[in-house]
Amino acid sequence: MSDCCTPVAFEPPPELAGPRSSGELRTIALIGPPNSGKSTLFNRFTGLRQKVANYPGVTVEQRMGRMAGIGRDDLVLIDLPGLYSLDPYSEDARVSINVLGGHMPGTPKPDAVLLVLDSLHLTRQLMLAAPVLALGLPTMVLLNMSDLMETRGGVVDPLLLAQELQAPVALISATKGSGLDAVQLFLNRHGNKAEQPKLMLPVLGNAMSTHRWAAQVSSRTGYRAPLSAKATQRVDSVLLHPVWGPLLFLVVVFSVFEVVFSIGQPLSDGLGNVLGRLGNFATGFLPYGWLRSLVLDGAWKGVTSVLVFLPQILLLFLFIGVLEDTGYLARAALIADRVMRSIGLNGKAFIPLLSAYACAVPAIMATRTIENKRDRLATILVTPFMTCSARLPVYMLLIAAFVPNIGFAGGLIGLKTIVMLSLYLIGFLAALGTARLLKSSILKSSETPFILELPQYRMPTLRSLGLRLMDRARVFLNQAGTVILCVTLALWVLAHLPVHGGTAPQLAESVIGRLGHFIEPVIAPLGFNWKIGIGLLSSVLAREVMVGTMGTLYGADPATQSLSLQTALHHDMSLGGAIALMVFFAFAMQCTSTIAVVRRETNSWKWPALQFAYMLALAYGAAFVTNWAVTAIWG
Amino acid sequence: MLSELEVGESGVLLALDLPPGVENHLMYMGFVPDARVKVLHKAPAGDPTVYSVDGIEIALRRETAKAIRVQLVQLPAQPATIVEEKLSVERAEELTEATR
Repeated sequence: MSDCCTPVAFEPPPELAGPRSSGELRTIALIGPPNSGKSTLFNRFTGLRQKVANYPGVTVEQRMGRMAGIGRDDLVLIDLPGLYSLDPYSEDARVSINVLGGHMPGTPKPDAVLLVLDSLHLTRQLMLAAPVLALGLPTMVLLNMSDLMETRGGVVDPLLLAQELQAPVALISATKGSGLDAVQLFLNRHGNKAEQPKLMLPVLGNAMSTHRWAAQVSSRTGYRAPLSAKATQRVDSVLLHPVWGPLLFLVVVFSVFEVVFSIGQPLSDGLGNVLGRLGNFATGFLPYGWLRSLVLDGAWKGVTSVLVFLPQILLLFLFIGVLEDTGYLARAALIADRVMRSIGLNGKAFIPLLSAYACAVPAIMATRTIENKRDRLATILVTPFMTCSARLPVYMLLIAAFVPNIGFAGGLIGLKTIVMLSLYLIGFLAALGTARLLKSSILKSSETPFILELPQYRMPTLRSLGLRLMDRARVFLNQAGTVILCVTLALWVLAHLPVHGGTAPQLAESVIGRLGHFIEPVIAPLGFNWKIGIGLLSSVLAREVMVGTMGTLYGADPATQSLSLQTALHHDMSLGGAIALMVFFAFAMQCTSTIAVVRRETNSWKWPALQFAYMLALAYGAAFVTNWAVTAIWG
Repeated sequence: MLSELEVGESGVLLALDLPPGVENHLMYMGFVPDARVKVLHKAPAGDPTVYSVDGIEIALRRETAKAIRVQLVQLPAQPATIVEEKLSVERAEELTEATR
């Protein structure tokens, strides 16, 4: 999830024009089968300095970083997609072959290869070693999770294996970071070493003969597979139980939201308090007048009204991260396969949908695991219906302002949680319904087989969770410091123009007020006033901008200036309008990052345009009905 | 048929009857002839089913499992995994002998 919304700072590889001594290393490729611990190792090697992009013309992710983690800033590490074989059957494999051969435009040919294999299942994993070693590049074989293998009674002789493969072999543990000094040695030694002697590998044709070769190598090198851990199977007999499985799934989902409220809300309130005081204190040094108003009421109130939601968003990402890192998401896909099949997709499409609860951008990129092109397109088109974390500030604000604090079931479940869950539910149902519609009309296709590897359960490492959260916090702060700051400043200026005789106009008479009143007839049937209209316009950039805009507009209005944003909204909106606004946000596609990523992944403007129009129409219709119904019932 | 095995039963894989792309993919995941496949769990809805092959767990739907021919193996329930590992080592040794 490190790749949402904005690319992480990264310097391009050094100029290749300079004099290059023979055999000097520049670029290293990292390759390995899925679930071999490759990503953990990549993070270990590169730390936070990584960049994610797409290879030109294809939808395969290109992940690069400098190997700062082992003190080799001068080396660029390319992370290739997780592969079972180099069979050019999948797009991932074709891209990997091209990168390794130096035929991928824009990507330098790797000077050396690090091949990661899971030592717990070495025999099968060696099937990838054959084609990789046959490439003839200097290669080091890293047997990952060696610590686990040894504690479970597995044995392998790395020296024998090195002889057999004609390549250095190291026992490592990516999670613990052990054995990496051997990698450093390998990289240093190859800094001034000429061509690697060519290997004598058997001519490898199909999967069968590769498997035979791998079995021979592993037996000749004295490999004994460790006893398979029974823990995973024991846990699964509960988590995949016909009754407990789905039930526990619901409990997990439910408790996530309860925690986001019960822990996140006080943290958020506290942060809001601190930020408010800080703003008052800091602007105390500014003279009274327009400058102070610009800084405090314009920029500070707008930006901080969004910033206070950082704790909740981080909590949500923490939960999704734990679900992903433990391996539970694959089980969720399995449980959901039946439901997904009834709408014409398979369980694999459920993984992106679940991670879209955090952010649609990485989720849409995660749809690449879906082999069938039409299934994948359908999944991309419905993913933005899933309630992403950017909707959270809007929901939180409106729920806090309009939903009373009533508890059910002895105070265990709050009405606020129920409203929040309903919003998540309608998003999910809209995604399912739309997928069904697409799969039975324009995206109809024959079924592709569902083949899913279930990884062993793992304890998520603090390091990997920490990296995710830091990355997310940075994206969020970045957004608040750039887009939201600019929007709120622009809004403040527009709210204070035109100046007549040295005094700013009434808010309703300002440029922004006139624009708002101009669009009001369109949104009035939904129960929205003109300020909400301006908010909706600005939220096309990103959903959370809505809250910043509200903060600035109500802050700029003398009538509501002294009130908290919640109270101001409560006085300014009807209940019907408020609920309609939440429903509108549940369905509308207000996110330029998502539009951009859909355009990139589908390689056309047609799909994002269709998606935007469809979601907007649905949002408008649903908000209209909601406002009408709520007003009719509770008037 | 692999789809006919019950949870807890094992089979030795005889052959796959799937489109070449899918077949290759499964073989690289360990579904090769002579491999031992064990049925671990069924998803709560009864389908897909989780199989253990070569130490990893793979979920397949019934229609895919129908195209995989296996022979049922009767095994004492207790030391299943140890026997399995031993078998695979012996098997690899046999193969080594054969190719020599």
